[in-house]
Amino acid sequence: MEPRRIEPAGNGVVRLRLPREEQALLLGLTAELRAGLDSAPDDPSLRRLFPSAYDDEQDERAYRELMSDSLLDGRREALDVLTETVGSDLLSASEADSWLRALNDLRLALGTRLDVQEDSLLDQLDPNDPESSGLAVYAYLSWLQEQLVEALSAQN
Amino acid sequence: MASTVAPAEVEVDQPRDASDFELDRPWIVIVWNDPINLMSYVTLVFQKLFGYSKEKATQLMLQVHNEGKAVVSSGTREKAEHDVSRLHAHGLWATMRQD
Repeated sequence: MEPRRIEPAGNGVVRLRLPREEQALLLGLTAELRAGLDSAPDDPSLRRLFPSAYDDEQDERAYRELMSDSLLDGRREALDVLTETVGSDLLSASEADSWLRALNDLRLALGTRLDVQEDSLLDQLDPNDPESSGLAVYAYLSWLQEQLVEALSAQN
Repeated sequence: MASTVAPAEVEVDQPRDASDFELDRPWIVIVWNDPINLMSYVTLVFQKLFGYSKEKATQLMLQVHNEGKAVVSSGTREKAEHDVSRLHAHGLWATMRQD
């Protein structure tokens, strides 16, 4: 059993212990998503990051005009906080909140690309499956996010 | 599980004509099930954004998971749009419509 990477430290602060190779993995994924948001936010793999609010086309266009910049900026900021603090021992409550959203965005983008389903068996990966390495990364992100959610829920 | 939804913030004055009534109908915010967002994460987001208790947030999350969707908040159009945008900022699949 791998030791936990994230634990509660009180008042919304969390303790972070990430091995170097996991830091490098997260930095790579974050840079990739950051580049995708900058160059092609309309890419189909990012569709879960920007769902529609309205059925009505005109209402939806107005919603996007009003919100899309701030939603995009919020995502960039959260990814930047993750990048800046990936080697930290402690995350402030605000940094932990950015991590929560950044890790979720990484999972949404990767999970969409891999077409992950609710019943995908991530603990029984077939190494011959060409997508097994992507699914392993997705499973890792889920494991990490679950720990962060637990750490933050424990303090509510 | 409509009883879990906070009462709509609408005036209860008698509508003077059909258009007044139209304007007064509350907007509801719906969260839809998706295969990626973790159940524990969805619960935490409901607590954080709406101040719901762990029990209420868990109940709504389970409704989304088991029934495919749940109404998580309601009110004026402005409030609903604000709530939807905060849910979108957290990566949840949320839509809104007039009830």
